[in-house]
Amino acid sequence: MDKFGSPEFLFLLQGLKWTVLLTIISFIGGGIIGLAIALARVSPVKIVQRIAAAYIALFQGTPLLMQLFVIYYGLALMSFNIDAWVAVSIAYTAHASAFLGDIWRGTIQSLPKGQIEASNALALGYVSRMRDIVLPQALKISLPATIGFAVQLTKGTSLAAIVGFVELARAGQIVSNLIFQPLLVFGIVGIIYFFLCWPMSILGSHLERKLSLGN
Amino acid sequence: MKAANMPSEKQLSVSDNEVLIELKNINKWYGGFHALKDVDLTVRKGERIVLCGPSGSGKSTLIRCINHLEEIKDGSIRVAGKEIDKAAKSIEAVRREVGMVFQSFNLFPHLKVIDNCTLALRRVKGIERPEAEEIARKYLDRVHILEQADKHPAQLSGGQQQRVAIARALCMEPKVMLFDEPTSALDPEMVKEVLDTMIGLAEDGMTMICVTHEMGFARQVGHRVLFMADGEILEETTPSEFFKNPQHERAKAFLGEILAHH
Repeated sequence: MDKFGSPEFLFLLQGLKWTVLLTIISFIGGGIIGLAIALARVSPVKIVQRIAAAYIALFQGTPLLMQLFVIYYGLALMSFNIDAWVAVSIAYTAHASAFLGDIWRGTIQSLPKGQIEASNALALGYVSRMRDIVLPQALKISLPATIGFAVQLTKGTSLAAIVGFVELARAGQIVSNLIFQPLLVFGIVGIIYFFLCWPMSILGSHLERKLSLGN
Repeated sequence: MKAANMPSEKQLSVSDNEVLIELKNINKWYGGFHALKDVDLTVRKGERIVLCGPSGSGKSTLIRCINHLEEIKDGSIRVAGKEIDKAAKSIEAVRREVGMVFQSFNLFPHLKVIDNCTLALRRVKGIERPEAEEIARKYLDRVHILEQADKHPAQLSGGQQQRVAIARALCMEPKVMLFDEPTSALDPEMVKEVLDTMIGLAEDGMTMICVTHEMGFARQVGHRVLFMADGEILEETTPSEFFKNPQHERAKAFLGEILAHH
């Protein structure tokens, strides 16, 4: 039986590195696809709207764990030989894109109708209307909710442990199994998660206050 | 106030001009509500039309049809020789000729005043930023608000915001300006600065269609007053005739209401 020392701590930090990387990859990937989903969701073309709505409903209506299983084992069964990294990144990107897409869809639709009318009256085309008028305002309004989701996503990456991906939670499990001090180890893991997520939450509420003052 | 016989002089000056706007048999429905009923309207270059009527009469809807902010069920719309059909191109072509000022200003709150004015110049007309800013400054100066160019709309008063909105529309050098109750959302002390700006435009010969209850303005600058009720144009005459001698019962009742408050 070992004590919890610096090798164990370094092992946890290795796990933290993958947690952070997986969060960043799925947030960026989810952000890009989520933007497309949000735009599709407010598209004037009915069928495009419906496809985006179905995509959002699918990923919001099923457990993340199940999505992980389906993508991890599903891709393997379809004889795609990909490693855990890629499978897990795809799953989290899809998950994040559905939630971010829906958050942004909401803020796009919350903009006053007059903004669209003024853009139309000035003969601005779709691209300019979105890029110059709608998205800058909508994304700004959505910042607190977007950061809130990033916090959820960070903690949600712990589920990737289930398919053998060694991120922070899984690293904690391994260390705990080695030294038989689950309370200590998971306590430390919890503290690391907290100091990862807490600053984001503070940033979120700070922005929320700033934005409400701006109005 | 200008001379009392001005309306007839005003009429003479534009009656031979080319037709700029031609609406024929416009019908518009909101679900089961017939908002515009076979409306016809012809506006000549340089003409200034005042549209009035009780709320829900269809006057805002009518001018919003001209630049296709509202879709019509049937009828035809021609602006400066361009007809609106289903194609997005035709709608854009008409919108480039038509400036619009809204009741609630609808400035872009995240953009500075100057950028509100240059956006369409750059994105629609493809003018480079320095030249676009030069044009914007010219029109901001014309509505006497150049010194606020680098502020954001929220830092301005309502009257100032509306003048920026007018400048923003003018930057595109439209052939006609539509005003949809431009002073209705303003505090009373700010109405004058906006009306003065509009009178200035009128004096420069701008073709204008104004939905407004400002009867002093109607009398001073309008060539024609159109009175609408229930989606129809019930009366169409000179301002002096309209105020002196309204024909329709609805118009008499409306004028009674309006003038009682002024």
